[in-house]
Amino acid sequence: MATADVDTAQTNGNGKYKVIGTRPIRHDGVDKVTGRALYGADVKLSGMLHAAMLRSPHAHANIKSIDTSKAEALPGVRAVVTNADLPEVGDRIAELGEGAVNLRHLSCNVLAGPKVLYKGHAIAAVAAENIHIAKEAVGLIDVEYELLPPVLDVREAMEDSAPILNDDVRTDTMGELGNTPTNIAAHFRYEKGDIEKGFAEAKVVVEREFDTATVHQGYIEPHNATALWNKDGHITVWTSTQGTFSVRQQVAELVNVPLSKVKVIPMEIGGGFGGKISVYLQPVAALLSKKSGQAVKLIMDRSAVFEATGPTPGSYIRVKMGVDAGGKITAAEAYLAYEAGGYPGSPINPGCMCIFACYDVPNGKIDGFDVCVNKPRTNAYRAPGATNAAFAAETVIDEICDELGICPVEFRLNNASKEGTRRVDGVEYPVIGMADTVEAIKSSAHWQSNLEGPNRGRGVASGFWFNCGLKSAATATVNADGSVSLIEGSTDIGGSRASLAMQLAETLGIAAEDVNPAVVDTDSVGYTDVTGGSRVTFATGIAAYEAGMDIRRQMIARAAEIWDVDADQVRYEDGTIIGPESSYTFKELAELVIKTGDPVTGRGASSAANQGGAFGTHCVDVEVDPDLGKVKILRYTIAQDCGTAIHPSYVEGQMQGGAVQGIGWALNEEYFYGDDGSMHNASYLDYRIPTCYDVPMIETIIVEVPDPEHPFGVRGVGEVPIVPPPAAIANAINNAIGVQMTELPMSPPRVVHEILKKNS
Amino acid sequence: MPTVFIPALLKELAEGAETVEIEGSTVREVVENLEAKFPGIRQRLCQGEELRSGLTVAVEGKVSPLGLMKKVSENSEVHFLPAIGGG
Repeated sequence: MATADVDTAQTNGNGKYKVIGTRPIRHDGVDKVTGRALYGADVKLSGMLHAAMLRSPHAHANIKSIDTSKAEALPGVRAVVTNADLPEVGDRIAELGEGAVNLRHLSCNVLAGPKVLYKGHAIAAVAAENIHIAKEAVGLIDVEYELLPPVLDVREAMEDSAPILNDDVRTDTMGELGNTPTNIAAHFRYEKGDIEKGFAEAKVVVEREFDTATVHQGYIEPHNATALWNKDGHITVWTSTQGTFSVRQQVAELVNVPLSKVKVIPMEIGGGFGGKISVYLQPVAALLSKKSGQAVKLIMDRSAVFEATGPTPGSYIRVKMGVDAGGKITAAEAYLAYEAGGYPGSPINPGCMCIFACYDVPNGKIDGFDVCVNKPRTNAYRAPGATNAAFAAETVIDEICDELGICPVEFRLNNASKEGTRRVDGVEYPVIGMADTVEAIKSSAHWQSNLEGPNRGRGVASGFWFNCGLKSAATATVNADGSVSLIEGSTDIGGSRASLAMQLAETLGIAAEDVNPAVVDTDSVGYTDVTGGSRVTFATGIAAYEAGMDIRRQMIARAAEIWDVDADQVRYEDGTIIGPESSYTFKELAELVIKTGDPVTGRGASSAANQGGAFGTHCVDVEVDPDLGKVKILRYTIAQDCGTAIHPSYVEGQMQGGAVQGIGWALNEEYFYGDDGSMHNASYLDYRIPTCYDVPMIETIIVEVPDPEHPFGVRGVGEVPIVPPPAAIANAINNAIGVQMTELPMSPPRVVHEILKKNS
Repeated sequence: MPTVFIPALLKELAEGAETVEIEGSTVREVVENLEAKFPGIRQRLCQGEELRSGLTVAVEGKVSPLGLMKKVSENSEVHFLPAIGGG
């Protein structure tokens, strides 16, 4: 049995905690590194069928007819489904915990009808005795299309003359719908103060336009689902997902069965970053299982992942900012148009709310538009919407700093949001650490160092993400050997088994290794929202803490019963239950639990807590090849307010991972489309994500401004590190060669283009 | 009285006001009293007996899962905001 004593060199130095701030080996580590962890593709069930999907070769077309007869007649084929097999869900909106979804659009995205809205849109699926027969049968399905012109650019899609994707979409202006079909699904606006007065007070006003490309989350594991629709009407789904309860609700709604008839079993997840919240395959596998009477497994290949699952939107952004002679922001205005893909639902709102969130803006106006284009339906990606927005705002800030001759770090300190600052959307900040992250960069070895050499430059940028709370549940059971089994429902993407076990261990005064965390299915734990929004270590952490406190109360009551004293004479202190004349260690009392009465099981939940938000400031040195346009990252440092860092290694890992994804977004990643709407780089050979050869070791500075909403001061850490990189790198490029980039990615051809433009 | 921050796109219904002080002990009462003063605003905020899908209410800076049932006090700030999730 391990003990709670830890090497003080491993702690975070605040001296408050014994477990929190240490770096134990993750509980799922051995399974992961030995290859024994079970992923969705590993599922094997008796009599299981294999399925393949027919996907649209066209970006925009009406489906005139689908003939599946030849496929159904192929020996070995057991079931074929199309949109006609999905129940009519009507024009209903379902609340999925972290957002609402139009069920008709979700249904038509799962299996297209009556139109295909992007190349790769799923049309039909075949289940057969093996995958080869299934794929052959897919080729036998005849679809008659009426081709329509695609629209791929957000500004073109907003024009009156643009092809309309969805006849049922009207512009929603906060509850008021337009009269005619349009690609502009929604308009949002935020205002504060007097924007004209603010610009009139400015000494310098800079206005710029920006374009960012569509990029993918780039998780390594493709989407997968295995489903068994049992004869008793119960459906079991094994899948890789960020939210089992969300999958349960989406499947129940789309195949029209009661929620209680669906059980979702989470498999290990090989990355999600927001892209594994919406369902794609799960309802289709369920329908195929219902038709065939057998379990059915469906797995995407890489091209399907790129062509048919949620990327993050390309965007057009215009920012105008005014600053007075003293370097104070007087006014800021933004116009953002985000590509939603085939159906409404881009992260335009968070983009609008994040764009100036790092700064105290006295006068502001932000307009945002959600726009349908013939690309895959977008989905969340780490701080959805915020990276595009920060690229625009943070580069305009640097241009203003250049004009006024102000150090960009000092400018950020001078204008930083702090407790009591009111955002343009009206909300007042609680305790936050924006200025602390800038201070940390200012005093970092990186910022203090000299950068020498031709075509080298340094840039900084800051970023914000809300972090959400939402709902979580957990139970914890005391075992006779003094260990505790923790049952929770947050699928583990970034080491949350460890961070939750550590919080429970801290609460109980035992070692992290004495907690056995398990992520279980939807029938085995209370409702838990998705692993997203940087919420799990915060909200499920509160649930684990509450379960621990429940155990402490029960252990006190049990000890009081054994000692025949009043419970208020017993206290729980540092893993020891102390009475008037005697005491038990946690382990000693655990051994007595079953012998003396009811098992001890603690219960915890969280729903009301709000996170205070996370800020990060990044500093990057680059070297630009003026002939080839290639940008090399020389050095990269992140300072991020992480609240109390539970497991510093995983906090650092999140910061580094987010930054590397942001570097890919900044320099290389983009969907290349032909005029016909075909994606030309739907493989990792051609879709260029960073590798270890592209980035140096990312240096991390954990800034700890505890969030008072959490018993240990946790803040979510997973999303905000992707926000500043494109802006920081653009500012570094400008510092290196005097070229202000306004388009992502800043790939070699674009950098060369801007260099030639400047020189000419 | 609680102070309601009028969403920018609804300001024209509230005579251009950025904030309005309005009586009510719950968000529901606040919305009903807003409607009495500024007809048409309720249907922009609510669908039936609930907040519009995708909309949340923050009272004193905190989003509440109680929605319209959330209690408000004399000094409460009330904001109607989009639901934010994440990735």
